Amino acid sequence: MTIELITEQGASQIDLKPEDCPLMVRGMTVSYGQKPVVFSVDLTVHQESMTAIIGPNGAGKSTLLKAALGIVKPLAGRTFVYGNSLAKQRHRIAYVPQRASVDWDFPTRVIDVVLMGLYRELGLLGRVRKSHEAKAIACLERVGMVDFADRQIGQLSGGQQQRVFLARALAQGADLYLLDEPFAGVDAATEKAIINVLKGLKAEGKTVVAVHHDLTTVAEYFDRVFMINTRKIAEGSVEEAFTSENLSKAYGGRLATGQIDQLDLAAV
Amino acid sequence: MIRDALLLQLGYNATLVTIGATFLGVAAGVTGTFLFLRKRALVSDAISHATLPGVGLAFMLMVALGGDGRSLPGLLLGSAISAGIGLLCVSWLTRRTRLAEDAAIGAVLSVFFGFGIVLLTIIQTMSAGRAAGLEGFLLGSTAGMLRNDALVIAVGGALTLALVVLLRRPMGLVAFDAEFAAASGVNVQRIDLAIMGLAMAVTVVGLKIVGLILIVAMLIIPPVTARFWTDRTDHMALISGLCGGLSAWVGAALSATAPALPTGPVIVLASFALFAVSLFFAPNRGVMAAVLRQLRFQRRVHMRQGLLALAQSQPIYERFTLKLLRRAGLAHADGVATTAGRARAAKALRDEKRWELVRADQAFESAAALYDGLREIETVLTQDQIAEIDQRIGGPKGALV
Repeated sequence: MTIELITEQGASQIDLKPEDCPLMVRGMTVSYGQKPVVFSVDLTVHQESMTAIIGPNGAGKSTLLKAALGIVKPLAGRTFVYGNSLAKQRHRIAYVPQRASVDWDFPTRVIDVVLMGLYRELGLLGRVRKSHEAKAIACLERVGMVDFADRQIGQLSGGQQQRVFLARALAQGADLYLLDEPFAGVDAATEKAIINVLKGLKAEGKTVVAVHHDLTTVAEYFDRVFMINTRKIAEGSVEEAFTSENLSKAYGGRLATGQIDQLDLAAV
Repeated sequence: MIRDALLLQLGYNATLVTIGATFLGVAAGVTGTFLFLRKRALVSDAISHATLPGVGLAFMLMVALGGDGRSLPGLLLGSAISAGIGLLCVSWLTRRTRLAEDAAIGAVLSVFFGFGIVLLTIIQTMSAGRAAGLEGFLLGSTAGMLRNDALVIAVGGALTLALVVLLRRPMGLVAFDAEFAAASGVNVQRIDLAIMGLAMAVTVVGLKIVGLILIVAMLIIPPVTARFWTDRTDHMALISGLCGGLSAWVGAALSATAPALPTGPVIVLASFALFAVSLFFAPNRGVMAAVLRQLRFQRRVHMRQGLLALAQSQPIYERFTLKLLRRAGLAHADGVATTAGRARAAKALRDEKRWELVRADQAFESAAALYDGLREIETVLTQDQIAEIDQRIGGPKGALV
């Protein structure tokens, strides 16, 4: 079984040089207790792509991302970022965690959250200068949140919180952006604002990977798809991988055939 | 006498103790802020109780080696080692077993404290132990404190404070968003350990003055007090440090006037006084402010409802509403609008319409976020913006006030 998986997954990656590949995950296995949530998964993210990681609830989408970044300790597996080890390339990565993962009553203002994206630049004792604040404000501008800079974060709506998180990631000035469910529970205006920023990043030559839950927008927002249900189900361009066959493999009975038919499947 | 104590006029030793305590208080307040924000305040309780066996063992060891046994640095070293072991036990139990952190804290706290009490009892029976005064470590005592002891405490407090200032950014980041911190390369476990380690340092340094039972209050009460006054982490650490320093100063000075009075409890009561004042009178998060806000809110709701009812010529059943309207000269006793009332009512209805548009339009998002059904639209938008909206609504131009 394992051998079969490896040969199957290794097939189309020979032509890609590791240093051109923003994110390459190999043999990633994560388990909570004795139950593997992600099993021997290989992920290859192409330069300047927008990749959606999709799969049913509890399929290990977020866990894969966290393990790739070393937030969760994997049982096995390695991550390469631009052909190098993760530790050497962290400065090229920006991460947007799930909104619900933090306490929004924390005593901090919107601008302070964005400044957290500049901590690497600031170091331990460096003073926050006007130039840093200007940078943070510019990032808030990009997500349409400048007017909120001085608000306490608890006063924001869910969508606004998400945009502040995105602004913090922008402040990191990375080449690779990893987002965990950026569109979960946000209003339509925020969804539009976020996807515009992400598409802007891609246009600048950056690479975007997002855990995504809304199958109806996959084809519209992303150009590549990574489908997972503990094991990798499919990987490739939206045309290749986002097919009804793969979807029923990943989601099993959880997605009715009728629902699949309603999706805008490129390959059908 | 009390005034003399507060102004450091009670002699050299008392002054040194007060200054040492103040340093400790500031360090505890600032360290406690990060402990509290990381939601680990109770771990400090386990740490403090775990110091006791170390104190006892260090005393026995020093006596066995022919020393005095009461040397403060030796006792503090012993307490630090056993507190460290206690801390490791809590973190091991939490990570490696199914015990939750609260259970692990309870288990470690009671076992270490029990063991420590047994050791103290044994020491009481030793010939060298009777005059050791180790009970002073339970509730804190400044009586008979030496100049060097006060210096150890002041320097320890200052060093801890310097470390907290150095690590404030990673500690704040981990407390707010540990996942993001980990993704940006911060070693979360190490920072957590640093937060705990600093809390441990405060505990050990404060053992002599405040005592191990109450030192936890110096780590928890000042940050909780500070939280009432600010929405920023850096300000919170600052205010918390001030509260901690102030209460330690007052507490140590007061207890110097009455040597039988244990220092720890007095310091805790002083910091509780600051907490109580903040709880009731803090401008935004305080209880009074909340009550006033609620009352004002209720009035605004009634007023608004009344005006909208007037505008649509509906009867007003709520007595309180009618009373408010009458008092403002907007309605008669029978619920009919006065001339002024009619104008205000029309404006209220018009504002509803305006808000409807504002909330539907993405361009006004930040204004729309302030919508609560009550706010006067002029407080949120400029006259130009209102004029623009009115144009879209149609009808009479300009803002009616």
